Amino acid sequence: MRIPSGGNRRATAVALLKSEHRRDDRIVSQRFPRDDDPKEAAGKIAIFQYLTVLVFVFLVSGFWQLQVKNPEYYSEAAERNRIKSTPLLAPRGKILDRDNRVIVDNKASYSLLLNRDQIKAEHLPAIASSLQLDYGDLAATIRRTTSRPQIIIKDELTRDEIAWIESHQDASAYPEMQLIRSWRRQYPQDGFAAHVVGYVGEIGEAELDSPQFIDYHQGDVIGKDGLERQYDKTLRGVDGQQRVLVDNLGRERQMEATQEAVPGKDLKTTLDLDLQAVGELAMEGKRGSVVAIDPRNGAVLAMVSAPSYDPNKFTGRISRKDWSQMANDPGKPLLNRAVQAQLAPGSTFKPIMAIAGLETATVDDQTTFFCPGGASFYGHYFACHLKHGHGAIQLHRAISQSCDVYFYNVGNRLGIDRIAYYADLAGIGRKTGIDLPNETQGTMPSTKWKLRVSRQKWYAGETISVAIGQGAVTVSPLQILSALSGLGAGGKWFKPHLILGETPVLLRQAHFKPENLQQVISGMYGVVNEWGTGHAAQLPNVKVAGKTGTAQVAATEKTKGAKLHSALANNAWFVGFAPSENPEIAVVALFENGEESYNAVPIVRDVLKAYFDKKERERNHITRIEKPFRAPELLAWAPVPGGATQ
Amino acid sequence: MAVHRSIRDLDWMLLGVTLALCALGVLQIYSATLSTKWEDAWWKQIIWVVSGLGMMWLASNIDYHVLLGRVMYFYLAAVGLLITTAVAGNKVFGSTRWIRVAGFTLQTSEFVKIVLILLVAKYLTEFKSGGVLSWKDLAKLGGLVGFPMLLVMKQPDLGTSLTYIPILIAGVLMSGLPWKYLAIIGTVLVVSLPIGYHFLKPYQKDRLVSFVYPDRDPKGTGFQVIQSRIAVGNGGMWGRGTKDSSQTHLGFLPVPHTDFIFSSFAEEHGFVGVVIALVLYFLLIMQVVQNAQTSTDKAGLYICMGVAALLLFHVLVNVGMVVGKMPITGIPLPLMSSGGSSTWSIFLMLGLVNGVRLRRFVN
Repeated sequence: MRIPSGGNRRATAVALLKSEHRRDDRIVSQRFPRDDDPKEAAGKIAIFQYLTVLVFVFLVSGFWQLQVKNPEYYSEAAERNRIKSTPLLAPRGKILDRDNRVIVDNKASYSLLLNRDQIKAEHLPAIASSLQLDYGDLAATIRRTTSRPQIIIKDELTRDEIAWIESHQDASAYPEMQLIRSWRRQYPQDGFAAHVVGYVGEIGEAELDSPQFIDYHQGDVIGKDGLERQYDKTLRGVDGQQRVLVDNLGRERQMEATQEAVPGKDLKTTLDLDLQAVGELAMEGKRGSVVAIDPRNGAVLAMVSAPSYDPNKFTGRISRKDWSQMANDPGKPLLNRAVQAQLAPGSTFKPIMAIAGLETATVDDQTTFFCPGGASFYGHYFACHLKHGHGAIQLHRAISQSCDVYFYNVGNRLGIDRIAYYADLAGIGRKTGIDLPNETQGTMPSTKWKLRVSRQKWYAGETISVAIGQGAVTVSPLQILSALSGLGAGGKWFKPHLILGETPVLLRQAHFKPENLQQVISGMYGVVNEWGTGHAAQLPNVKVAGKTGTAQVAATEKTKGAKLHSALANNAWFVGFAPSENPEIAVVALFENGEESYNAVPIVRDVLKAYFDKKERERNHITRIEKPFRAPELLAWAPVPGGATQ
Repeated sequence: MAVHRSIRDLDWMLLGVTLALCALGVLQIYSATLSTKWEDAWWKQIIWVVSGLGMMWLASNIDYHVLLGRVMYFYLAAVGLLITTAVAGNKVFGSTRWIRVAGFTLQTSEFVKIVLILLVAKYLTEFKSGGVLSWKDLAKLGGLVGFPMLLVMKQPDLGTSLTYIPILIAGVLMSGLPWKYLAIIGTVLVVSLPIGYHFLKPYQKDRLVSFVYPDRDPKGTGFQVIQSRIAVGNGGMWGRGTKDSSQTHLGFLPVPHTDFIFSSFAEEHGFVGVVIALVLYFLLIMQVVQNAQTSTDKAGLYICMGVAALLLFHVLVNVGMVVGKMPITGIPLPLMSSGGSSTWSIFLMLGLVNGVRLRRFVN
């Protein structure tokens, strides 16, 4: 209140104060008629005041809920509003061979992304039909990947599809669509090296649940098989993100931040594309496998499994039809036979029998058995593959001519558990530990094994079949290759591996008597060079050793389910290594239902030849370097058409 | 008795709170419209406020008894104005609410509020039935208020027409209504609500539906509710400030300087700012009520309570809409929302309230 200064004003103020004191009485008693007394509304005014308090408490509580109780929810919602984030997909690492030649590459392409919070159900049929997607599949994908704010629904868009998306992704049409750059995995054509390389695909529900894949999210692309799976963490990069500030119409206002994608690391493998190509060509139209390793360190030079499949079909989102067709193919194209087949090794098992016999002094090089074409043990007749028999036979010729009767006798003398000891040493019945998924273990029977598996004791008669690699013995091609090449390397078994530069891992070392080992290897040399069963593997200038095998299928359970016409024909095996002393390369060929082992021999020969030709070529190239440069021929080996097996 | 109506008898508290709210409003309009096409709205608002103060002074100087004596002329003029608006008004966003007068576009329905406040006060002080309202009185008064309401509803402007109801209710309740009447009226209202729903325009139905289920159609009619809630929540306890209030500045908030000014205010100033602003509104209404309490006659009381009820309704509906607790009706927030008609009409009403206060000693 302003303080009045003049005398007049002071009088006024006093009058005012007095009048205020007296006001109530005067108003009520003198001035107003009864029904114009505002005092009677006092109670109603009080109600109005309470109501006002209530309204304000109600409003403040509304703000309390939104602003104080869970502000994160709304600040995140505001962020989602204003930030448009575009994933920058990281390219997967390339897969290279030992000479840095590219096996698996990436191709830049465009993919279509849907932003989940903008998806409208009524848009989906139109999007699906414009992009030739199955509406049911699309809806299922969207339902399945609920934890992802953005879903890639189509890769490798065509020019027309890109044009359609660009003209429809504005706010008025289908604002949920977003075009992004992506990478498509590019595999060799025609299933070349498909099994060892593997393929990528969207991560599955079961995988997401396992703790192994804790870092992965719904919709992630992940290696599904082969090296792609084994080295997924190396190959996959880290996706980046571009964050752009947008307004309510989706117009970009300014760049917020860009987190660059980190490409995955390249994988330099021990594979040699030249050898791989030879193996692939040799196996064309057949079922089986070819594996080449370096026995000095376990490096895998080539790995072929036939029939093959085209991994390029698996890269995007494979249609259910293609998948079931592939999975139900009786030829089992998805199976990597090199490490997953479990078949009787047949006579390729004999070198193991030989070293077991020699080391246990059960036989020596002079021990002679007579082969009339078969023999009886425990009341059963066991035939030799040579009907008219080998006659009197000793170890060296028993190996080179693959006499069954000789090894029946060795087996009978050894007994199953001593055989099992040496076979186990060579790695039969064990995983080799190769860096590929789903390797099988195979089987090496023993008394303990039988007790464990069928709770029965071992019958001595069963040993006779095992002695020639039949019966319960099963191996994968890689296993038998590793076992025999380990003998060739002087009783050293290295872990097979696929990454170049990896320190070799010595799995087991046997301290065999050198002369015993020498006798076995010389027998295997005889197989190739002394008109033995594998003479077709002979190479000029290189001493090749090896062992053939013709394994009966009928006795094994493995292929009974497959209703193939030739399903009961014998499997042809050949394991070879060269040079026979200190081998640099060992190769196995499995030709399923190949009838006779000599059908497998040329396959190995081709690979060995390619290896030594290439070595020769490289040496010549180095010595020729002073001369005018001439581009080396890409492949010096002469590609033998499908009938390489003569 | 001119000495009693000296400037120091003005309601300084009321004026202070009013100007504080106007200041918050201008600042918020400035901030919310930065680099948009409404960039000049803040200084226009200053002009509205300053001229509004002049109107307030004028209104407080005219004896409200004189105004009450001529209320039927005002009423007829108001109805005439609404009809003129319907005939010659400017159509904006599909509804005809504005009329051009000397270069200004005025929203006539805003000024009708003042006339209705006076009308209700006049009617209730002079009805003949002797102390208690009869059905006949209620019907007459309802008709008098209902006719302009109907005209406004036809514009269509449901929000503004609804603001006439609290004026009527406040007056009727203050004059005293038997409990029996209250019960009957309440029952009739509850029964007629679902029927009334059928007479709403499709977009009005949409608004009601999206009020109840804002997530049903987040890009359509529920958009404004959701975006407003996000803006408010984004403000948090202390607010995002002008720079960081993305909801306001990236256009996610609909009309952040008019109907949704309080969401942008909440985003920028947070819960603390909101409480301060709401306390100011509370003080404003309580001050108006206090003037009703000190009024020497019932006419003054009705005027003040009509203004108080109107203000309370505006704040409840507008701020409630901002936090998603009220359907979207499109009525402005008194004193803060940008707009001349609304600002002027509020200042005129506050002038009337001041006039009542100035005359509390009149004898």
